[in-house]
Amino acid sequence: MTVLFGIFLLTLLVVVAIGIVRTGNLFTAVMLTGIFSLLMAANFFVLDAADVALTEAAVGAGISTVLLLGGLALVPGRERNRRRLHGLALGIVSLITLMVVYATFEKPRLGDPSAPVHQHVAPWYLEQTPILVGIPNVVTAVLGTFRGYDTLGEVIVVFTAGIGVLFLLGLPGAIGSRKTEEVQPGNSYLGHHLIPQIVGTLLIPFILLFALYVQFHGEYGPGGGFQAGAIFAAGMILYSLIAGEREALQVITPRVLIGLMASGALLFGGVGIVSMLLGGNFLDYNMLADNPVAGQQWGILIIELGVGITVTGVLLAVYHAFAARGR
Amino acid sequence: MELLGLFNYWVFAVLLMVGFYAVIAKTNMVKKLLGLSIFQGAVFLLYITMDKVDGGTAPIIQPGVVDAIYSNPLPQVLILTAIVVGISTTALGLALIVRIYEAYGTIEEDETQRLDIE
Repeated sequence: MTVLFGIFLLTLLVVVAIGIVRTGNLFTAVMLTGIFSLLMAANFFVLDAADVALTEAAVGAGISTVLLLGGLALVPGRERNRRRLHGLALGIVSLITLMVVYATFEKPRLGDPSAPVHQHVAPWYLEQTPILVGIPNVVTAVLGTFRGYDTLGEVIVVFTAGIGVLFLLGLPGAIGSRKTEEVQPGNSYLGHHLIPQIVGTLLIPFILLFALYVQFHGEYGPGGGFQAGAIFAAGMILYSLIAGEREALQVITPRVLIGLMASGALLFGGVGIVSMLLGGNFLDYNMLADNPVAGQQWGILIIELGVGITVTGVLLAVYHAFAARGR
Repeated sequence: MELLGLFNYWVFAVLLMVGFYAVIAKTNMVKKLLGLSIFQGAVFLLYITMDKVDGGTAPIIQPGVVDAIYSNPLPQVLILTAIVVGISTTALGLALIVRIYEAYGTIEEDETQRLDIE
């Protein structure tokens, strides 16, 4: 049954992807991308990846759709000079598809427990997490401590991309010559729609609360800094859509946003430096408390907070950069 | 029935190439960007497909449950972070497109190239 459901979802995924490429209206394409992400999240859940599904739903279906719409508000919404189908490209693409499909016959079947990927470090992670880290969610343990360097690197990449967007587009009140007061007040997106406004206003506190739950419950269930940051940013973006761009910039000011972007990454790196000063290796949380397991838990809690702060700051700053440019 | 175990990989191949088609055949830059995110989504699907173990469940260890089978946590970690990095880089691309539109007045690649030559 699950297999059939998976096949149904995957088929829909292909249909939606072709729809995105074929449509000439970019707004349609962006909305289809939101559906694509939601289907992808459902697929991830079917494949046992609860944390990834939560991330994809929050980031892909939520934030990325809003960001793309914010960007589209600044550029033309229709594709010009549409050719029907590009023959050469279609030929190359079909050929490569056939080659990749041919190569898959060598792959282990879906769910095969003897596949090489399950023989390497994964059993060690599953076995040692309760002993060395003492938290139930193995994904968080791998993310926070066993592969903490990777995660630090990813946070820096997110931070760098955020800086790039802000330098390209500017952020009123922080980067560029515009001040927050020059941004048009009042909302224009949901101005004429009473029901979304009322329902949205009611939902915002609960979205923010849920973000905090996801942030601090990430050791026990699906969740963590990346998801929480995206959900928190989504809540504030909803506020900005309902109350207006300038009003949202006054609640969390641009300077605070820039501070959040940097301080999260610094907090993460700072934990590494502190553990070095205490006599361990970089990001070796064992040193943070008398008991190594408690040290690991403290370390994960703090770096997840750092991740959450940076992701919130970057996503929100990027959204404001797009939204304020058009106002 | 045996071949159905490969269906995820086939969808990966098709999605990868649908995205790639948009990147090489479309002139509209937003379309290219959306193609890249489909391409990226296909790679996510490949990784997450590999984490599945038959009869397994999400790798969240329950106390008192002894013989549970857990799916592989490693691909999940890699993709979890990649999703957030993906949206950041997409935003960066979109910001570049906005600036290109402000400089050239068009987001069609062939037209910006023609304007460059003139």
